[in-house]
Amino acid sequence: MTEAVLSDHVKAGGARARALKGFKLGDVAFHVVTKSSAIAVLLLLGGVIVSLIHGSAPALGQFGFAFLTSQAWNPVTEQFGAAPAIYGTLVTSFLALLIAAPMGFGIAVFLTELCPHVLRRPIGVAIELLAGIPSIIYGIWGMFILAPVLQATLQPWLIAGFADVPVLNDLFAGPPYGIGIATASIILAIMILPLIASISRDVFETVPPVLKEAAYGIGCTKWEVMRSIVAPYTGVGLVGGVMLALGRALGETMAVTFVIGNAHKIHASILGPGTTISATIANEFTEADGAMYTSSLIALGLVLFIITFFVLAASRLLLARIKRQEGR
Amino acid sequence: MSLATARKLRSSLAMAACVASAALGIAALTIILGALLWNGFSSLNLAVFTQMTPPPGAAGGLLNAIVGSLIMTVLGVAIGAPLGLFAGTYMAEYGRYSRVTAVVRFINDILLSAPSIVIGLFVYEITVLQMGHFSAYAGALALSLLVVPVVVRTTEDMLNLVPGSLREAATALGLPRSLIIRHVAYKAARAGLITGLLLAVARVSGETAPLLFTALNNQFWSTNLNAPMSSLPVVIFQFAMSPYKDWQNLAWAGALLITAAVLALSITARILGAQKTSK
Repeated sequence: MTEAVLSDHVKAGGARARALKGFKLGDVAFHVVTKSSAIAVLLLLGGVIVSLIHGSAPALGQFGFAFLTSQAWNPVTEQFGAAPAIYGTLVTSFLALLIAAPMGFGIAVFLTELCPHVLRRPIGVAIELLAGIPSIIYGIWGMFILAPVLQATLQPWLIAGFADVPVLNDLFAGPPYGIGIATASIILAIMILPLIASISRDVFETVPPVLKEAAYGIGCTKWEVMRSIVAPYTGVGLVGGVMLALGRALGETMAVTFVIGNAHKIHASILGPGTTISATIANEFTEADGAMYTSSLIALGLVLFIITFFVLAASRLLLARIKRQEGR
Repeated sequence: MSLATARKLRSSLAMAACVASAALGIAALTIILGALLWNGFSSLNLAVFTQMTPPPGAAGGLLNAIVGSLIMTVLGVAIGAPLGLFAGTYMAEYGRYSRVTAVVRFINDILLSAPSIVIGLFVYEITVLQMGHFSAYAGALALSLLVVPVVVRTTEDMLNLVPGSLREAATALGLPRSLIIRHVAYKAARAGLITGLLLAVARVSGETAPLLFTALNNQFWSTNLNAPMSSLPVVIFQFAMSPYKDWQNLAWAGALLITAAVLALSITARILGAQKTSK
């Protein structure tokens, strides 16, 4: 009998030891799996950079730094330059920010200070939902609806109105195409508007109410509170939000491709057709024949990735700073 | 004019500008949605869901594109979500204060907003070039790379919200760490994790750029993952750019479908998230 009990005991002990061993193994395995997944995210970025450099090596090797400054884009003679695409990318994003940033701030002020409380949440939620709408929707709206309207109204008016003003008559020149740099900028602006508005609103809400109340208490108007209390307090975060939107705008493909016109030329007029890096890749990559053509397009991608990487990194650092400020 | 009146006037003007920009912004977005609903619904009919994409001038639908989108989205999420979940788990549970986590978080935030077309180029380099042809695998892989950052971000945030006392209680019972994470932390953060997953699906279901030169397009019915596959966004792109009226109408119908799907996903995610926080 004792023997039976003992062997049961040993058996139970063996099961226990096995179970514990199993736990330990599972523990180690889970740790390793999760850690390697985290490392994989880093490798992903590294892989993207390495593969882009590898893919663009033939083009960059042939054209060198002239690739960045050349305006040539001729698949037949295999002469490629990135200048028009880089120019288009920067100009459309800059113009889009010029429109969207003030409006986004305005919406954020409206939501945090002016809007009746009942409406704050619904409007805020609506804006956040709109930030998630796929960019291709903005693209086809821009092509079918906005571009014809601009062609018939705003563009002729701008061309005629500024015909006698120096500088501006170069900026608004040429036939009203409808599509072009200006239209693309407007679409981009509408697209990044919800993003800027919702980030600015979040940032405004980090301001301690006590600061604002103190300012109101000494008789400041709403505008003075916004300008002298809220804006300085949230400045870093606002810039971070705008940079984030800039990063989006720079890399945006579909909203722009429909309306940019895909012309590899730098026009003085912003009403003329142009191209951006992403639109060039989207339009031409599948049709590119010849190693040099493909490689040049990948080199464009590399340029875009480097630009957006630095813009996004700067934005994240700034936004992290306001988060720390909030935690204090 | 007294100083007080001037200040009040300036304030009123500035606030009026804010109201105007809010009205203008909301109007613009309403017009876009309105146009989408109008053109989308007028092109929507049963054939859209039952027939293949037509050649120009013929009647047809979007069935192969819808199915292609579903297949690649599901596959992309199936690849990307576990990777993101594990990475986020490491960042919140094992290495919350480690340097690796800080670096991964920074890089992940950049990947979150990185241009998706560049991800497409990357996948083209590593799969399409190596395999020698476009395929649904490549498309799904491209989408999965866009899923990862979203899931990493939400997983980390949601696990960080789980109270430490829960983990301590489980530890006191002698539970091994991996079981604590899987049976306590995941359970406590379940609604949040699902929210993240839904947001990731919403994010990739409208993505066009990375599919253009990975999955390419396919005019016919195909469920072969090793061959080019059609997808809604790419079909919308191709059809909207075409000069044919039938194709343009189908593009609007497709755009409506995608928007409806994305909005439904993000609203569900939001409701789930709200339940989580109200508890």
